[in-house]
Amino acid sequence: MFRILQKRKLNASMTLMVVDAPYIARKAKAGQFIILRVNEHGERIPLTVADYDREKGTVTIIYQVVGKTTMLLDQLNVGDFIQDFTGPLGRPSELSGHKRAAVIGGGAGCAIAYPQAKTLHAMGTKVDMIAGFRNKDIIILEDEMRAASDHLIIMTDDGSNGNKGFVTDALKKQIENGADYDLVVAIGPLVMMRAVSNVTKPYGIKTIISMNPIMIDGTGMCGGCRITVGGKTKFACVDGPDFDASEVDFDEAIKRSKTYSEQERAAARDYQCHLMEGISHA
Amino acid sequence: MPDMNPKKTPMPEQNPEIRRNNFNEVALGYTEEMAKSEAARCLHCKNMPCVKGCPVGVHIPEFIQCIKDGDYESAYRAIKLTNSLPAVCGRVCPQENQCEHNCVRGIKGEPVGIGRLERFAADWHMKHGKEEKAGVQPNGHKIAVVGSGPAGLTCAGDLAAMGYSVTVFEALHTAGGVLMYGIPQFRLPKEIVQKEIDALRGKGVQIETNMVIGKVFSVDELFENGFEAVFIGTGAGLPSFMNIPGESLVGVYSANEFLTRVNLMKAYRPDYDTPIIRPKNAAVVGGGNVAMDAARTALRLGAEHVYIIYRRAEEQMPARREEIHHAKEEGVEFNLLCNPVRIIGDDKGKVEAIECVRMKLGEPDASGRKKPIPIEDSNFQIPVDTVVMALGNTPNPLIRTTTNGLEANSHGCIVVKDKSMATSREGVFAAGDAVSGAATVILAMGGGKDAAKSIDAYIHSKP
Repeated sequence: MFRILQKRKLNASMTLMVVDAPYIARKAKAGQFIILRVNEHGERIPLTVADYDREKGTVTIIYQVVGKTTMLLDQLNVGDFIQDFTGPLGRPSELSGHKRAAVIGGGAGCAIAYPQAKTLHAMGTKVDMIAGFRNKDIIILEDEMRAASDHLIIMTDDGSNGNKGFVTDALKKQIENGADYDLVVAIGPLVMMRAVSNVTKPYGIKTIISMNPIMIDGTGMCGGCRITVGGKTKFACVDGPDFDASEVDFDEAIKRSKTYSEQERAAARDYQCHLMEGISHA
Repeated sequence: MPDMNPKKTPMPEQNPEIRRNNFNEVALGYTEEMAKSEAARCLHCKNMPCVKGCPVGVHIPEFIQCIKDGDYESAYRAIKLTNSLPAVCGRVCPQENQCEHNCVRGIKGEPVGIGRLERFAADWHMKHGKEEKAGVQPNGHKIAVVGSGPAGLTCAGDLAAMGYSVTVFEALHTAGGVLMYGIPQFRLPKEIVQKEIDALRGKGVQIETNMVIGKVFSVDELFENGFEAVFIGTGAGLPSFMNIPGESLVGVYSANEFLTRVNLMKAYRPDYDTPIIRPKNAAVVGGGNVAMDAARTALRLGAEHVYIIYRRAEEQMPARREEIHHAKEEGVEFNLLCNPVRIIGDDKGKVEAIECVRMKLGEPDASGRKKPIPIEDSNFQIPVDTVVMALGNTPNPLIRTTTNGLEANSHGCIVVKDKSMATSREGVFAAGDAVSGAATVILAMGGGKDAAKSIDAYIHSKP
């Protein structure tokens, strides 16, 4: 059992939690992930390590409430326990040796892209952080992203922050204006990562993405997280989660990510109804 | 005088028509009368060929005599002397290749139902027996066991009985390894495995779940933390695929994933959140016990048609005859002498059909079995929405790649010195599928047992 030490709402649907997990905190590195199970009847879901504190023995996760499991997780408060919390899993990101990088986060992906920016920045790489959100009300971690980069660009789909467009629009503009990136890190929805890859490919800029497919054990046992990279089958849990974007078969990954979408929608709907019943009976 | 009936006392079973729709245990177990009458068939041979066939050397004639005398608790204790998981072995051991294979009664008829009697004694104890008191003097030595499958549990149990302070590290959230995630409920109820694990805990064995050794601690760090020896029983958990087109379509599972979702994560129960595709028509590729387990699981999830696809003939199938028989009884359809060449999907990337080619058998290959050869222009398609690849597993590389000086062979199996189970690293021992590649529960237990003995000798040899 793993105690929740802090819980902070980042926006209407995203939450940050600091969890007491000293063994994982001692070993975790940027880019690795944990797998958690909220309760005895819950499913196992992977979440990227957003931060860690080796001294305090804590691991920070950031999640977006999208389905029943994240709804259940969001019901927990400081002092409550998460049933299972395993890690650190996957390979750490390899970020060293770059002069100038663009770190791109899409929505919830900013939570994971931001520590990558921080790591690169600390290594002396010049970092442009490009963050994308649907609208200005759901912008998260703005101060943190600014502090972790030399230049922060925030785009909104609806232009409500005065900067309309997608992250790829900003990236293209930066490159066209002469930004000489030798590394692009993109973390967010698969379609966004595919779009970023399509932008950087013609320029031959090394582009790293972080995959977050469906998985059970996270140790290479189930093979559920398999993706095709450079024509070969890879397991995201042990071979990744970071991969060279130019080699990833995104179309296949997008289809596989929808394996349980109907069941997930039904489970979320049922659980919401269950919560509403609780309120009406109160 | 022994009962000279040439046939085993039949095992009561759930009717196939009914059981194909539920996850309850198929074999229901002997009553006391059945057990006594089966026990009466034992000839009590002086040279005990049956015991020689048992990887853990169960005192077979002795426990059968106890059953004959109606002293079931003593029967259990006799088994337990050398076998730490009798209720498991009585259910899943391939007795026909081991103890029962050597049984003299088998020459002119059916051998004594040793496995069924073992199960009876173990189940009787679970219902009526008392747990022995621990009462072992701790010897002050700390041993780490990595993996809580049959090898790890056996090694841990034997070491604890010698007075060692044992900590078992398990990567998943539940201990038991393949007994929990792999073998289905209808063949090995998880409640039984849990009771065995609880009994180990009762003997003072510490079990730490959610600990992926190789990630959270390396083997070297286990030594730094005061463990004096490390046992590796991490199994063969890396699934093989065929590398044919369409294997990444939605609806293609490794047997590991399919079975883990159902067994460990209980996707068949509405009170669990685990999602799974409930197949309408499923193909299971492979001919081993795992393939039979996956096929019968697919039926129980509601599939109308479940096809086994196997490239050789039935006689070459590695699965136990009993499992093949059960699968057939339940309505699993066997497509023998055919091999998948591709899996076909719809525009959403979901499986629609599997295309196979017919095979014929040629000369024996390296495995000694006749080599399957594809027959030209014999391709055909089977409409399915789910494909389960049950092609075997290789050892997980996680420990091997994070432990310096740990020698492994070209298949990724950890190399050990004959029966000592000692690896190339001092103080590190290994057994089970991590050493042998995918094999049986009982062989893993035998290895775990040998390793416990060697670890004891190793600790005593240290200055």
